[in-house]
Amino acid sequence: METVVKVNQLTKKFGSFIATNAISFEVKKGEIFGFLGANGAGKTTAMRMLSGLLTPTSGEASVAGFDVATQAELVKQNIGYMSQKFSLYEDLTIQENIDFYGGIYGLSRQEIKDRSKGIVSKFQLESVIHKLVKTIPLGWKQKLAFALALIHKPKVVFLDEPTGGVDPITRRQFWDLIYEAANDGVTIFITTHYMDEAEYCDRVSIMVDGLIKALGTPSELKTSFQVDSMDAVFQLLARGTANKI
Amino acid sequence: MKKFYAFVQKEFYHIFRDTRTMMILFALPIALVVIFGYALNNDFKNIPIGILNQSKGQTSEKLIHRIIGSGYFVVEQTLEKPQDIPKAFKSGKVKLVIFFPTNFQQDLYHAKKAQVQLIADASDINTAINTTSYLSGIIGDFNTENGRENSASIQVSTRMIFNQRLLSVYLFIPGVIALILLIISALLTSVTLAREKETGTLELLSISPISPYMIIIGKVIPYLILSLLNSFLIILLGIFVFGLPMVGSVALLILACFVYTVASLSLGILISTRVETQQAAMFASLVSLMMPTMLLSGFIFPIESLPLPLQLISNIIPATHFIILIKSIMIKGAGITLIWKPFSILIAMTAVFILVSIQSLKRNK
Repeated sequence: METVVKVNQLTKKFGSFIATNAISFEVKKGEIFGFLGANGAGKTTAMRMLSGLLTPTSGEASVAGFDVATQAELVKQNIGYMSQKFSLYEDLTIQENIDFYGGIYGLSRQEIKDRSKGIVSKFQLESVIHKLVKTIPLGWKQKLAFALALIHKPKVVFLDEPTGGVDPITRRQFWDLIYEAANDGVTIFITTHYMDEAEYCDRVSIMVDGLIKALGTPSELKTSFQVDSMDAVFQLLARGTANKI
Repeated sequence: MKKFYAFVQKEFYHIFRDTRTMMILFALPIALVVIFGYALNNDFKNIPIGILNQSKGQTSEKLIHRIIGSGYFVVEQTLEKPQDIPKAFKSGKVKLVIFFPTNFQQDLYHAKKAQVQLIADASDINTAINTTSYLSGIIGDFNTENGRENSASIQVSTRMIFNQRLLSVYLFIPGVIALILLIISALLTSVTLAREKETGTLELLSISPISPYMIIIGKVIPYLILSLLNSFLIILLGIFVFGLPMVGSVALLILACFVYTVASLSLGILISTRVETQQAAMFASLVSLMMPTMLLSGFIFPIESLPLPLQLISNIIPATHFIILIKSIMIKGAGITLIWKPFSILIAMTAVFILVSIQSLKRNK
């Protein structure tokens, strides 16, 4: 299997504060890679470096075959991104949002037309395609945002807490979309606070204070920590001893 | 280029769909021009005055006729003795009293000069200043006309250089343009960039292959176009509704508007690199840009009448130089050789704002 994300001793310092401390891992093509950690553990910094937004202080990383420090533009062309902080333009219609994202990724008019047709039929958006995004339900918006993150056929898609604030049924549907994309060969890099979602990932890493404290498949991690859920694994690592008292 | 086009198109959607933005773009300029033009304009007609004529000669009578004939003044009250003057003002019936002393005629014949006293109600300072200067003008004319017959003159010290009737239009139209361009360029740009920060869409844009410079240029281009359209709208209103002259070169005027707009846009960008929310952007624009522009650029208060420290501050406000440019071009018909200085100051300011913004943007990386 082809390796799509390669991270080696990646470090980012802000002054004397070490946000990400020499982390290393690899992610294969089509893998769903869970990236867990408490707030402030360094997840966001790591994701920002991998998406070419932040320059690493030391160490190296390549995404889709391009170096994040020296080939940031090529990295950007090959990744998709979606965050919980909802990322479509509310005062644009669905069609205009599709045209806009297609446009800024440099797709041709024909490509935009074809892919927008695909998105519309897949999510049955025919009736609302010319409605402003702010008028459609949150669940739909999130699915649409995911579809747009994939519109330029990226090799890797970063999902930053994509399912925040939606009901369990919509979350389940959202995961179906994630599996579908992964089956098509897209590498999924996902952060989440829902530990049941961690169980859906192929492999999971848990960051604490800038370091990767655990890395493996959910079942490997549960076995090595001798607990029966990812939630317990996370509690043990992230909350440390505080929970044991 | 395709990416850029998609971006600019999106900006226009934002602008045309936001009622508040549309109001600021199209209703505000017209409202401001009309408010300043009609309500705050010191419309000079039928100013009530009082006359106290203790002189028994012809000259004072002739002068009074002349003053009434100008159409600017109405004799509301004829006073008998100097003691009546305070009462006339207190009743609020008159704005100004013209006092010819007893020896007016004799002085004019024997000493070849005579005093006429203008007493103005200074609680309404604008009217007081304007009425005294109008009257000085009329008396001055009167002197020149009669000067040929005998060399006697009536003493007047103040005079106006430009057409007195349009004084306030001269002041407020350039000021309104300066203010509107600032609101559209600086306020709207900083708010629209802050909005993308707030909603998280800026994150998305920065992850996309579109470059940060393209994002900013794409943001400002619609506002640049709309600002220029707006300044022409205001100038046309000024010319056709309020009779503002247009003596100088149109090309220079456009260039001046363009340079000032770019300066304001770069200020807007500078603000938005420093704030996180729309409210903060709005507040920063209002306090650090709009207030000084209103108060210190010479728009409402003449710069010469400000205390020295504030005069120094007014020099670093772009609008101050822009107002000088507009006035010089439109009213005096000045060419580039006369106004290169405010031009270069504006361009230098713009360069500084842009450099500082780029530094701020880089620091975020």
